[in-house]
Amino acid sequence: MSTQPMVKAEAVHKSFGAAHILKGVDLEVAPREVFCLIGPSGSGKSTFLRCINHLEQINAGRLSVDGELVGYREHGDRLYELRDREVAAKRRDIGMVFQRFNLFPHMTAIENVMEGPVQVKRESKAVARERAKALLDRVGLGDKGGNYPSQLSGGQQQRVAIARALAMEPKLMLFDEPTSALDPELVGDVLDVMRGLAEDGMTMIVVTHEMGFAREVGDALVFMDDGVVVESGHPRDVLGSPQHDRTKAFLSKVL
Amino acid sequence: MTDKLEKEPVADARVATGTPYEAIRAIPVRHYGRWVSAVVVVAVLGWLGYAFSQGNILWATVGDKLFDRTVVDGAWHTVVISVCSMALGLVLGVLFAVMRLSKNPVTGAVSWLYIWFFRGTPVYVQLLMWFNLSLIFPVINLMPLYKNDTVAVMTPFVAALLGLGLNEGAYMAEIVRAGIQSVDEGQTEAAHALGMTGARTMRRIVLPQAMRVIIPPTGNEFINMLKTSSLVSVVQYTELLRSTSNIGSDTTAIMELLFVASIWYLALTSVFSVGQFYLERRYARGSLRSLPLTPWQRIKANLSTVRRPKVA
Repeated sequence: MSTQPMVKAEAVHKSFGAAHILKGVDLEVAPREVFCLIGPSGSGKSTFLRCINHLEQINAGRLSVDGELVGYREHGDRLYELRDREVAAKRRDIGMVFQRFNLFPHMTAIENVMEGPVQVKRESKAVARERAKALLDRVGLGDKGGNYPSQLSGGQQQRVAIARALAMEPKLMLFDEPTSALDPELVGDVLDVMRGLAEDGMTMIVVTHEMGFAREVGDALVFMDDGVVVESGHPRDVLGSPQHDRTKAFLSKVL
Repeated sequence: MTDKLEKEPVADARVATGTPYEAIRAIPVRHYGRWVSAVVVVAVLGWLGYAFSQGNILWATVGDKLFDRTVVDGAWHTVVISVCSMALGLVLGVLFAVMRLSKNPVTGAVSWLYIWFFRGTPVYVQLLMWFNLSLIFPVINLMPLYKNDTVAVMTPFVAALLGLGLNEGAYMAEIVRAGIQSVDEGQTEAAHALGMTGARTMRRIVLPQAMRVIIPPTGNEFINMLKTSSLVSVVQYTELLRSTSNIGSDTTAIMELLFVASIWYLALTSVFSVGQFYLERRYARGSLRSLPLTPWQRIKANLSTVRRPKVA
């Protein structure tokens, strides 16, 4: 591939106090790729995802998005921490969807979607509202704009959360177990929205337990365990014929 | 506003679709204790009422002085000083709460010190200290900006405002801090992920949600403030209690004028409790599926059930 990777991690380490969570993660995500991260809980996949938009700060290694370091500026051979404002500016281009939705409960669905464009991009409310409506339509919730999150089902909330992230017109979307908190019959709607995004060419990194989705939609898949990448490749290959014992053991439990 | 109430006629729907059933008819539990206690309460209240009617009380004076010009002025001053001090306390409270929670060790320490001092000394002492500030600083001199005699600056109103407001700020800081900490961390993360800065996240996302936790104790604080403001007569500010007791000692109707003061305090606290209800209701938007009814809506709802709701 000749283009520069959307996300590039080199020997990324992260500890919380004494707990060493990421122990040298190397991977590359190409533009327009749907990149799936799987692994047992505690393997560091969510932590890694959170490092990409600097919700967590890495302790060692290099992590860059679209060619720019995350959280630091490099000058000569020194790294300088970014200020709050600079970190915030970089996050605009990265959408994130959380396991527990994290919609703003004091705002209606449409206000949730408008919040980023109006507050961060300084768009006019009228323009933002029009686009928010279109986005809610796209996730199949055009008629729910006036509802507060507490009046929506989990699946609907998660689709609003996706619309909220898309409103910032990101170049990269991060999904942190987007369907894990949902009732089984609601998972499909959310996955459908994500499938649509993938077809439109959005670069997506998805931490998931939905092996079906990974196999069907994913372009690349990484199996993480104990803070390192154990195995990577095309989802069909990794899920179909895993090479490592740890991957085999994990898949035998979840498939 | 979307506080429409959607009441589904659940029972009707079941009758329409499910199998018919016969409602249970049972003899309800008899609560004899309630009857006995009600009788006791009524007896005690009657006895109290009788005692007060026979006491050496000039009820006519109470009625006369209730809307006396001086008393009304005093009540107005009580409201003014309470509202102003509370406003000052609220601003300081938010400021010091945010400082206390910030990662900056300097602001954290300053906030801690402020709360430690103003919460740790009696408000009465603080009022006296502001009032007597001229004893140690005869002149207030903010070099290039402002210079004046302390006595001229420290009017009764200013002393009362600083005394009550700064004291209140310390309590409000703790209330606001609790409110901020009650907001789920995921909210901050979601706001950050959208590209909001820390300050904007606080203003747009965290504080509006913290309000739900902040308002009830703040209402409590305000009602306390209405009553604590009776202390400011010590700095020569003529509020409700001072104005009534002045009349009381002039006319030797001391208890009567204390009744007048109590009636006013009760009236004021009642009015502000109603305000609190509506404020809480406003900030409950989104966190409750349906908002609590206002008294007016409750009356309307009751009337409509009497009139039988139309069945769809």
